[in-house]
Amino acid sequence: MPKLIIDGKEHDMPDGITLIQACELAGIEIPRFCYHERLSIAGNCRMCLVEVAGMPKPVASCAMGVNDLLPARDGTPPTIVTDSETVKKAREGVLEFLLINHPLDCPICDQGGECDLQDQTMAYGFDAGRFQDNKRAVEEKYLGPLIDTFMTRCIHCTRCIRFMTEVAGVEELGAIGRGEDMEITTYLEHGMFSNLSGNVVDLCPVGALTSKPYAFVARPWELTKTPSIDVMDALGSAIRVDARGKEVLRILPRINDAVNEEWISDKTRHVWDGLRTQRLDRPYVRRNGKLVPASWDEAFAAVATRLAGLDGARFAAIAGALAAAEEMFALKLLAEQLGSANIDCRQDGAKLDPALGRATYLFNSTIEGIDQADAFLLVGTNPRHEAPVLNARILKRTRHAQGKLPVGLIGAEADLTYAYDYLGAGTETLAKIADGSHPFIEQLGGSERPMLILGQAALARPDGAGVLALAAKAAMQIGALNASLGWNGFNVLHTAAARVAGLDLGFVPGQGGRDVETILDGASAGEIEIVYLLGADEIGMDRLGDAFVIYQGSHGDEGAHRADVILPGGAYTEKSGTYLNTEGRAQLTARAVFPPGEAREDWKIVRALSGVLGKPLPFDSLQALRAEMYARHPQFALIDQIEPADSAAIEHLAKTPAKVGKERFGHAIKDFYLSNPIARASSIMANLSAMHAGLDRKATGTDG
Amino acid sequence: MLQDKDRIFKNLYGLHSWRLKAARARGAWDGTKEMIERGHEAIIEEVKASGLRGRGGAGFPTGLKWSFMPKQSDGRPNYLVINADESEPGTCKDRDIMRHDPQLLIEGALLAGFAMRAHTAYIYIRGEFIAEREILQAAIDEAYDAKLIGQNNVNGWDFELYLHHGAGAYICGEETALLESLEGKKGMPRLKPPFPANVGLYGAPTTVNNVETIAVVPDILRRGATWFASLGRPNNTGTKIFCISGHVNRPCNVEEEMGVELRVLIDHYAGGVRGGWDNLLAVIPGGSSVPCITASECEELPMDFDSLKALKTGLGTAGVIVMDKSTDIIRAISRLSYFYKHESCGQCTPCREGTGWMWRVLERMARGQAEKAEIDMLLSVSYQVEGHTICALGDAAAWPVQGLIRHFRHVIEERIDAQAARPIAPSVPVAAE
Repeated sequence: MPKLIIDGKEHDMPDGITLIQACELAGIEIPRFCYHERLSIAGNCRMCLVEVAGMPKPVASCAMGVNDLLPARDGTPPTIVTDSETVKKAREGVLEFLLINHPLDCPICDQGGECDLQDQTMAYGFDAGRFQDNKRAVEEKYLGPLIDTFMTRCIHCTRCIRFMTEVAGVEELGAIGRGEDMEITTYLEHGMFSNLSGNVVDLCPVGALTSKPYAFVARPWELTKTPSIDVMDALGSAIRVDARGKEVLRILPRINDAVNEEWISDKTRHVWDGLRTQRLDRPYVRRNGKLVPASWDEAFAAVATRLAGLDGARFAAIAGALAAAEEMFALKLLAEQLGSANIDCRQDGAKLDPALGRATYLFNSTIEGIDQADAFLLVGTNPRHEAPVLNARILKRTRHAQGKLPVGLIGAEADLTYAYDYLGAGTETLAKIADGSHPFIEQLGGSERPMLILGQAALARPDGAGVLALAAKAAMQIGALNASLGWNGFNVLHTAAARVAGLDLGFVPGQGGRDVETILDGASAGEIEIVYLLGADEIGMDRLGDAFVIYQGSHGDEGAHRADVILPGGAYTEKSGTYLNTEGRAQLTARAVFPPGEAREDWKIVRALSGVLGKPLPFDSLQALRAEMYARHPQFALIDQIEPADSAAIEHLAKTPAKVGKERFGHAIKDFYLSNPIARASSIMANLSAMHAGLDRKATGTDG
Repeated sequence: MLQDKDRIFKNLYGLHSWRLKAARARGAWDGTKEMIERGHEAIIEEVKASGLRGRGGAGFPTGLKWSFMPKQSDGRPNYLVINADESEPGTCKDRDIMRHDPQLLIEGALLAGFAMRAHTAYIYIRGEFIAEREILQAAIDEAYDAKLIGQNNVNGWDFELYLHHGAGAYICGEETALLESLEGKKGMPRLKPPFPANVGLYGAPTTVNNVETIAVVPDILRRGATWFASLGRPNNTGTKIFCISGHVNRPCNVEEEMGVELRVLIDHYAGGVRGGWDNLLAVIPGGSSVPCITASECEELPMDFDSLKALKTGLGTAGVIVMDKSTDIIRAISRLSYFYKHESCGQCTPCREGTGWMWRVLERMARGQAEKAEIDMLLSVSYQVEGHTICALGDAAAWPVQGLIRHFRHVIEERIDAQAARPIAPSVPVAAE
């Protein structure tokens, strides 16, 4: 424990930290631009200079470790001064230098009000500049549809370059030129292709990189900021929803070290324009083949008429990927009251079964556990598309290990930003791992905490149950269950935010009930007469036959087109809902804005419908619903915590016979940017999708 | 005055052949094996005793620097890197060593490499030195062919020597930027600590030395530290190549004792100041990075590290730039400022922004289009740059400006007054650059 004297007070500091961290621990703020805790140290802005006794020059506190300093000859610990005249002058000097070529166009800059340069100039700067010559001007760069550039404002901190290289794992940004002619750019100004690129906007301490879709939309002090949870993938990244009036204007990450650190994917960040378009803002009823606007009473009446006297076995309900636990819970109770066991939350047909035990469908190692893992086996998954932030965490782990960790992939080949051994395409390779005959097992030799990550591409197929059992065997074989360390390395990576809550609630076929596949078969054959779609859009609508379809959801997508009655619900930014992420961590979204028009919170719709049907559910408020839900499923009450699952379920599963086909594993997500109804309604997502498909190239003049 | 018998660089002017045979006739590679047999520590001690200080500009004691290298390897190799990126304006000593006496450098590399337990050395040569690179490479090949270096060589220390061609950036003469460039990255200085002796080239312990420093090592070992230390003055021992350029009648390189008087260099070797000693305006004594001194300070001035430091300037690379009274001193320093602005790597703020600022103000001052208050502002900007940067380029850019203002403030003021007194021509707005 090195001792330090900071501004006259002695402190004990942990080993291995830098002076800037030490000062922070001592409660002293050190201004900085280039330093960022989650990026490598650049030491180039020189804003964090402090005085160290015995050193002739001021020292960059971000780059000097506490262990690099030696006590004085008489044994006094190293002495650091952060409030001297020299330090004050150094800060003023650096700020003056930064500002001489900065345009000072704060009134028209989107960063205004949340700008590090603005804030630090107020706090540490001099009151006037002395530079009288012309300022440098830099041409804007094209960085794709998400990032707007005002490169004249750039202060060359290189945070964006370091983020793209180290966290996103792609060397897309770099600096060209030198001296004051240095410029940040992509190679030949192509758009940034990483799906984490939006984070550079947050990292930029000035307004050089700003959000293009949010350009000139609002000032930060006009926005209502609501902490919430993302549902675009199954990570449940912590977000902040910024809204003005009834519109969500932007989405930013919040820090949650256990889940997303402080990054979010571009889909999470920019999906907000999809929250305004294609909205279902009033009920509709199909009359004479056409959907016509209706009142809530008319819509409920239409449902009640159709349901009157119906045999429960002829009713089915499917929950989609964005549904919150509350509405699934309510709908499950309603289906029970109607006497139906035909409910399913696995609209992609994944063969996960809560009866096998909770451990068989959770990301048991936890996302934080990735930081300790010493080997990875990816099966039927492309985490870069299914959970970009989780992929960045795996990259971080492999970078820390300097590429020495064994990483294997079974499934479709893809660029994951880190090196891996491609083991094979499907079940045969997995079977070889499971029986120990695969050479990759030897590579895993000394691994104590290997992780097997099983994706939905391996499970959403007819032999999915067999693949699950085979994966459990493989997990046992590679030693993923290490009881002595308390390590459970069997992980299922979900793609749907609603999935784990649905499985925990038991939103799966009951005794003699039908799953998605057989519901659709039944509907085609006329055995199922009513299908209730709770935000379920990614099923084969053409197989619904003549069934009467009730669609409850927020967006006019596939499901609404097919519906006979539309019950408009709220999106995730418009309701307080419980979501369990892929680890089984219960988290709450919060209402940032109200649902549009006559749309209502989803649980209320189900509750109201139950009343109309004469079978009222036993709760009248969200609190009462949650109390009921918590009584039956206590893990939902543990907000922001994980109820660990018993790993015995995996051992048990590994002993069951696994019958698998020979089909290779495909892709769980076909188009990252268009994977749910909200994203499909977003024009930003459409632009990104087009850019990745190579459709954004400018007309050359010869192509008509 | 240095006697001929004490010269180290006997072919400084290229009057004889640079080939191995001729170099051996001049004494190179004589007894190298025996010197190596003395052992690592003995060589370092001998160099320490000689008082040799680094010839690249900073003047750090060479033996001490070598002693920082780990004695026991932790699995990483030790590297010797020789800085031949000689780009300091007014300096051309390494160039003459490499093209006229390359074997001294190669022999020195082997001895220095042996002393610091390095089996591999790199010479990083400046991009513009095309012919020098060819000669040096040919000389290295000759040494390999004669089994003087390489695996299983006659001297008994396996030693590989590689010549790396830079791309012509001044900043790559900074030792850590040089290492970055050598590794194939952008030439930007590294943060210190860690110092190269701990984490240098490819993460291994590395010592970076100037060409001249390495090239004098064989003679120190051959003739003994006492001989070297007997030349010059205490703490400023040995011989040094001085480069005299500018307004002298015969610009030249000359090897002289440390502490030789500046006037001797100028009058005796360089043929005197153009128009006589009284026509002398100022001298930049150590390459463009150090502050200039006035003519009055140049009388009886011993040229060594400590004497020049006392005058708030420095010996630097010993590139003496002489300016006579025809010189527009503001314009001259402004041109140097432009050089530093152009060569700043752009990594850290004070240098990136400050060098351009200082140059722009000096440009206006050279035209007289400035306020007198800006002189003090310029001085304070130069202090804001100095000492606040990652590497020493910021200091190097600030010092000439400080020298100018220290000695020639009256010239700037007179020019501003003269400009102000001119009949008014309406000022023309200048477009952005």
